Amino acid sequence: MNIAPKSSFVLSQRHLLGIEGLSREDIIGLLDLSGEFVDLNRQIEKKTATLRGRTLVNLFFEVSTRTQASFELAGKRLGADVMNMSVSTSSMRKGETLIDTAITLNAMRPDIIVVRHHASGAVELLARKVDCSVINAGDGSHEHPTQALLDALTIRRRKGHIEGLTVAICGDILHSRVARSNIILLNTLGARVRVVAPSTLLPAGIERFGVEATRDMREGLAGADIVMMLRLQKERMSGSFIPSMGEFSHYFGLDEKKLSYAKPDALVMHPGPMNRGIEIDTAVADGAQSLIRDQVEMGVAVRMAVLEALSRHLPNA
Amino acid sequence: MMMLVDRRLAPILLANARIIDPSRDLDIPGDVLIADGVIREARRGIGAAGVPEGTEVVDCRGHVVAPGLIDMRAFIGEPGAGHRETLATASQAAAAGGVTTIVCQPDTTPVIDDPAIVDFVLRRARDTAIVHVHPMAALTKGMKGAEMTEIGLLKAAGALAFTDGDKSVTNAQVMRRALTYANDFDALIVHHTEDPDLVGEGVMNEGEYAARLGLMGVPRAAETIMLERDVRLVELTGGRYHAASLTCGESLDVLRRAKNEGLSITASASINHLTLNENDIGPYRTFLKLAPPLRAENDRAMLVGAIGPGLIDVIMSDHNPQDVETKRLPFAEAAPGAIGIETMLTAGLRLVHSGDLSLITLLKAMSSRPADILGLPGGTLRTGSPADVIVFDPDLPWVLDPTELKSKCKNTPFDEAKLQGRVVRTVVAGRTVYEYV
Repeated sequence: MNIAPKSSFVLSQRHLLGIEGLSREDIIGLLDLSGEFVDLNRQIEKKTATLRGRTLVNLFFEVSTRTQASFELAGKRLGADVMNMSVSTSSMRKGETLIDTAITLNAMRPDIIVVRHHASGAVELLARKVDCSVINAGDGSHEHPTQALLDALTIRRRKGHIEGLTVAICGDILHSRVARSNIILLNTLGARVRVVAPSTLLPAGIERFGVEATRDMREGLAGADIVMMLRLQKERMSGSFIPSMGEFSHYFGLDEKKLSYAKPDALVMHPGPMNRGIEIDTAVADGAQSLIRDQVEMGVAVRMAVLEALSRHLPNA
Repeated sequence: MMMLVDRRLAPILLANARIIDPSRDLDIPGDVLIADGVIREARRGIGAAGVPEGTEVVDCRGHVVAPGLIDMRAFIGEPGAGHRETLATASQAAAAGGVTTIVCQPDTTPVIDDPAIVDFVLRRARDTAIVHVHPMAALTKGMKGAEMTEIGLLKAAGALAFTDGDKSVTNAQVMRRALTYANDFDALIVHHTEDPDLVGEGVMNEGEYAARLGLMGVPRAAETIMLERDVRLVELTGGRYHAASLTCGESLDVLRRAKNEGLSITASASINHLTLNENDIGPYRTFLKLAPPLRAENDRAMLVGAIGPGLIDVIMSDHNPQDVETKRLPFAEAAPGAIGIETMLTAGLRLVHSGDLSLITLLKAMSSRPADILGLPGGTLRTGSPADVIVFDPDLPWVLDPTELKSKCKNTPFDEAKLQGRVVRTVVAGRTVYEYV
């Protein structure tokens, strides 16, 4: 059984801080490599030794279940030692700054640090202070590159291609790092991207991202191949950006009726965790057109590919 | 040591200079003679006619001699935040930048809202600062925006104007009464025009660039709404009003209409907003996080265009020292503000070298205009005026090394920037307080 990946792809940079800055070749290289890991993950023997002896630190300043678990599993399957650090147990609570934490961690000589932080730009700031590779697992409202890659892999495997597809991204675009990373990636690969949201949840200047913006689900979903729903954060749900959960759900929640505006073979995605009954109905989330479980599976493969590709930059690799 | 002091008290002849006196629209070659703390003469041929014995003759060939700059808006940490900046360190930075008068802001701890604190600042400055320092006092008690301060007594104690620093007075009734009352004392009100509710979580200019960085934006309307309100209140009250820091093209329309109506309204723009734009933030550079935020390039260009016609009256540094602890943070969490008192002139010379402003226009906005608005005696080279004079080389190229800056904090947006033009001598009240060798 040959379980070493065949692709010899090397990422053009030491860190993965965002989709912005990746070339089309980088993205395709990562997706191809991810595909090999999907196959590996479906075998009984799932381990490789590429990262044996390497230390991977999951540094999460924001609570996460699936992303952290996904990176942890990815690291372990590649043979790395994985350490999880979350904010509730770290000294950030004791007033240590992000940079102090970075410097302290750096002294422990990790090879790769995976970081999630609530502030846009925080991962880049940390990356400037450490010697190892850094992966952005989500920074504020900025980027979440591995999510966009796993979404692209999911779409590519089901549709065969991404170029020419119409993708509607719906919900809280303003605060969504998933939306930003996806818009950049999908545009780079030639998809047609629409964003659908109440105007209070669209950032100023969104039209400059090369997307069509609409506040109407019927218009936004018309002819769509992919309907990508975003999670609405609880604290945005009442009063300041939208009047109520109920009204948001009425106009933007994806139910079977709204899904019928899209192409008959349209597929539904959600980065999770879902607010069932708010941005997405259970019938749709668990229905035949849903790719939500595939996304989770692709997540592990994509993160293995990213770790593998970055590890080829590490000293003595 | 005695020799040094003697030399500094001696008359000074600044010879063979290009003399620029923006208070008289004068730009001539000649000499400037300083003695007994005042300007004796500024004209061609003083040196040739003979100078008093013991005069220090400085050859200023290729250099400009101009009135010392008056920086109308500087935040200094004394009293209460001496780790950021003291009056002494700010004054050294000012001297190195050609600023001979600092107008400091009242957001100290305690707030400058009591005549005793005005007195403290003035005494502290007299004892420790090497340039003139004048405080503005708070417009409302504790800068809380609710009750006006003792405008009469504060002005009598030496407060130059009234402002809540970088806070806006959101209550229109408070602002109306303050403008009305201040008018009885001919006191100037300086106001930061940024509606805090519209600013909200915003940390940079609203638009594509903020959206790309995933940062919340501050709309231009946060500024124009507050400015427009103030214009109506000035119209209602007849008060004397100065907009502290304008940043966008739309504000210029509001300002133009107000001035055309003959209202007593003047305005400043910071050197940062005239020489930088939102793109300079690049990868989340917190030294460029300002309040109000840097705007788009066309806003910057429009602000620069408003200097020549005098629509924007004053260029100020908006000097705001922030230490590493408040700046080495993710962008949204970092404190706003940049130091600038030491680089204000040099940065302004960029606009001269680029052909956007004439040198005399630049100097007017940094010296004679603020002097007029604040009622200060400086900003001129007229005979008998205080000898607050600078000599600078308008062309000297250099690279800014932040460790060489005199300010206690190094949060300069011009970190390692290539600059052209540099102050070589600063004279305050007839004494040379800074020399670049």
